[in-house]
Amino acid sequence: MHKIMKLGTIAATAMVAAGAVSAGTLEKVREAGELACGVSEGVPGFSNPNSDGVWVGLDADFCRAVAAAVLGDANAVRYVPLASKQKVLAVSSGQVDMTSRTTTWTMKRDSAEGVDFTAVVYYDGQGFMVSAEAGINSAKEMDGATVCVTTGTTTELNLADFGRANNLSLEPVVFEGKREAVDAYASGRCDALTTDMSQLAAFRTSFADPSAHKILPEVISKEPLAPLVAHGDNQWKDIVTWVVYGIITAEELGVTQANVADMAANSADPSVQRMLGSSGDTGGFIGLSSTWMLDAISAVGNYGEIYERNLTETLGLERGLNAQWKDGGILYAMPIR
Amino acid sequence: MDDNTIIFQPAPARPAPSSRVGPRAWLRANLFGGWKDTVVTLILLAILALTLPGLVDWMFVRATFFGDADNCRQAGGACWPFIVDKFNVLMMGVYPQELGWRPAVCAIALIVLAALTYTNRVRGIVLIVAWAILPVFALFMIGGAFGMREVDQSLWGGLMLSIMLALVGVIVSIPLGVLLALGRYYGPPVVKSLCVAFIELLRGVPLITILFMASVMMPLFLPPDLVINNLLRIQIAMILFSAAYMAEVVRGGLQAIPAGQTEAALALGVSRARTIAFIVVPQALRHVLPPLVGRCIALFKDTSLVIIVGLLDFLGMIKNASLDTTWLGFQAEAYVFAAFVYWLICYSLSLYGRELERRGPSAQKR
Amino acid sequence: MSFTKRTAKPGFSVQNIGSALSQAVVLTVVLGIVYVLFTNTQENLALRGIESGFEFLDHEAGLPIGDSLIEYNPTRSYGYAFLVGILNTLFVSFLAVVFATILGVFVGIARVSHNWLLAKVAAIYVETLRNLPLLLTLFFIYSVVLAALPHPRAAIELVEGVYLSKRGFYLPRPMAEAGFSIFLTAALAALALGLGFWRWAVTYKMRTGRPMPGFWGGLGIFVILTGLAYLATGRPISSELPVYAGFNFKGGLAMKPEFASLLIGLVLYTAAYIGENVRSGIQSVQAGQIEAANALGVSNAVVTRKVLLPQALRVTIPATTNDYASLVKNSSLAVAIGYPDMVSIGGTIIGQNGQAVEIIGMWMAVYLTINLIISLGMNYLNARVLHVER
Repeated sequence: MHKIMKLGTIAATAMVAAGAVSAGTLEKVREAGELACGVSEGVPGFSNPNSDGVWVGLDADFCRAVAAAVLGDANAVRYVPLASKQKVLAVSSGQVDMTSRTTTWTMKRDSAEGVDFTAVVYYDGQGFMVSAEAGINSAKEMDGATVCVTTGTTTELNLADFGRANNLSLEPVVFEGKREAVDAYASGRCDALTTDMSQLAAFRTSFADPSAHKILPEVISKEPLAPLVAHGDNQWKDIVTWVVYGIITAEELGVTQANVADMAANSADPSVQRMLGSSGDTGGFIGLSSTWMLDAISAVGNYGEIYERNLTETLGLERGLNAQWKDGGILYAMPIR
Repeated sequence: MDDNTIIFQPAPARPAPSSRVGPRAWLRANLFGGWKDTVVTLILLAILALTLPGLVDWMFVRATFFGDADNCRQAGGACWPFIVDKFNVLMMGVYPQELGWRPAVCAIALIVLAALTYTNRVRGIVLIVAWAILPVFALFMIGGAFGMREVDQSLWGGLMLSIMLALVGVIVSIPLGVLLALGRYYGPPVVKSLCVAFIELLRGVPLITILFMASVMMPLFLPPDLVINNLLRIQIAMILFSAAYMAEVVRGGLQAIPAGQTEAALALGVSRARTIAFIVVPQALRHVLPPLVGRCIALFKDTSLVIIVGLLDFLGMIKNASLDTTWLGFQAEAYVFAAFVYWLICYSLSLYGRELERRGPSAQKR
Repeated sequence: MSFTKRTAKPGFSVQNIGSALSQAVVLTVVLGIVYVLFTNTQENLALRGIESGFEFLDHEAGLPIGDSLIEYNPTRSYGYAFLVGILNTLFVSFLAVVFATILGVFVGIARVSHNWLLAKVAAIYVETLRNLPLLLTLFFIYSVVLAALPHPRAAIELVEGVYLSKRGFYLPRPMAEAGFSIFLTAALAALALGLGFWRWAVTYKMRTGRPMPGFWGGLGIFVILTGLAYLATGRPISSELPVYAGFNFKGGLAMKPEFASLLIGLVLYTAAYIGENVRSGIQSVQAGQIEAANALGVSNAVVTRKVLLPQALRVTIPATTNDYASLVKNSSLAVAIGYPDMVSIGGTIIGQNGQAVEIIGMWMAVYLTINLIISLGMNYLNARVLHVER
């Protein structure tokens, strides 16, 4: 058995920090020497402490990438676990520098809540999981079912909308934390569990008998997941946005964690040279050093490697929508030039 | 008298019949006194017979004491290795385990001081100073100072956090409550109304709303570049909440002091401030020590509410541990253990309160 | 008190001016702090793009509420959702007060009973529940006790139409048929007649000294007349039984596990405190009173009703109203187990639009109002019922 060092359902706690929220997050991070990154309370595949207490997952890796690009050290990250309700307030109030926590990009959050979204790291959708013995094959057969859902999420609102649109009376049972919702579903309190498809897959692997649960095929909403930064600090928003684009572009250009040093020195491809700093100084546009992407990719690899490591190997999730645009998916990074 | 006189020798007394003294009599009087009594006794005995054996069976007979989750599931009883495995985390939260000796030292200091207080070995100003220094000492030990490695407050949790919140809450809120009560009782109209407004406002709303205020609203009240960490905000909220209740308790004590005390002091030329400080307050506090201890118990129980604003105190870690995927299905053990710990601490405090009442001024009146 | 009254005469004098000046200083400092907080808040809200004001109450809520007394769907406004929360809070508090009082009285009487076993069991109950946090009790009831109930398809049927399952308790719902309004009016008339008879019987007893069963007579009149009305209007109450169909039970009255555990937890916890109050009330009555009444040949029932209770209640009721106020405040713990009361729904709204100041203000207003009503009730009771001296 493993001892879990950091269980983390702790809401935003930050040390007394100097520096205003509205400008100068870059200076603040440089001065503190670490990046305060808001993550989840423990979602397998995205941000979850492993048995040594190290945070692993897609979201955790993007935190590392930003830290590497900004500070040159991928381990200079302070992971702050956040409950669903606190994830927006934590970053808008300055207690974390960015939130990488499976947060859906919506208009309301982007405009009216004091935060800005950066770049999509995962295109997800909301779905339902039911127990196999209920014998239903489509979400439209769920009339009268009780559904476990977490509060403070778009999931809650989408569930209500889905019920209304399809004339189903769905009885919501609302929980504060995702794990309570999953636990309640597993113990039989609800007929169905609803959250993002990727997390349904993740939680299904943690059940005693995964085959006793079925994920229904309907995807009832668009859930583009992106990291959040505080509203008003344009430079910091640019930094996080372009680190994400850089990681995605790295896969497109064939740069991997293994060959990045070699590519930086010897590649003849102008796009690679611009990105890795061999020619020009793209890092300087956003206030970082010219080796910003070199550091980031050396630390975590490209998007494909991150996906493979965190989602395919452990959860069995295919690329699907999250493949590169050239491979049939919709991952399309903006040009770094 | 001649030798034929018979002097009356009373026969030795026989023991009372067994139906009047001894166990049979006690049973008749207390358990089977009348038909109503008998019915009640029988019903209670039936209920106990149905529930107790099952409980003992689950907790001890079929329970697993060593092993892992699979052993427990096979045995079917309580799973105590779960508690043993999680013990460090339940006590200290996600505090780095290699530094666990630091909270342990503070715990020992607390127990020693509590024992000295209960047995009345240390009193007066020394006692007060010792209790005031304890949280400062704990802060330095646990948080790290004077060259020891610093541990960020977001990592504090478990029973250590519950006790710290309660201890600091009590120690700061009692003087604050005394000041509020004095302001309400002796103050000029403006001060009096402010104190009344503060006390009634904080007593009239649930603690959860005040915790939400601290967690969500306080960051809005502060200037944008001043950030107070979550734990400190919650601590401030608990202090203010407790101070309002302490003020009400102390007010009862102030009302119990006869007017003659203050009049005599004035007649002797003692200044108003000195009268309040040295004559009124000590007597008032001595009168209300038992209810004050009651408020301490209530504050300790109220620290369990911080789970709602995201701090992982003892109850929070218990809940977390019970949701751990390796140990699924052992929630009952977690909550039973939590109940045991809370009950132990609160009951001991209530015994202390009764002891104070026994020793106190009202008990000494003839 | 004389200790605080200044010896100076009213009007301008050194003491009066000094006192007025110091109060003015205090007031200025406090107002200054309030002003600084206010401007800080405005600045922070603007910085984060959070709106102010109560217009959000008219916006569409979109959030699902699982348990509501009034009809609710997510197209309703935030204000309506908050109202649902307030009604839930009041509902659970009211029910908890009723049941906790009944249980508390039993527990209090049990504590002072001659039966050793009963007294000990009651003592263990009180000591256990008073020394555990209410939140722990709620978690335990919700996660351990109620989760151990079976799945609805294998629900326990206590009597016909009453089912216990993991998804909740289901009871038959009484339905009004044709003629119910006539029956209701007739029942109210019967109630009036019963009460009138009771009053008349009391004055008759006072006037003539002859026995006349007031309470039982009035009750009998009410029951008989209501029963006749029920039959005469053709039994206009039917019950809708819950039926298991599809996923869950349909029809009938449903009591969700969240609500049930909150109610049970509040009742058990508060009953322990009320039991202690009842015990101290009973113990506060001097033994001489009871002994004198017994010596006069008064029966036990009358002694309890006319001698013990009035004097015991003088101690019990003030303490108990405090406990009622605490109960209402403790009902806010619903947020931890997922029952949608006012705090729970308010918290969700804050999570959605960040307008914490307005929502917290609304919470405080509602709780302070409830508190005020309870204290007013207490004052009325005190003045009219309790302290009626000769």
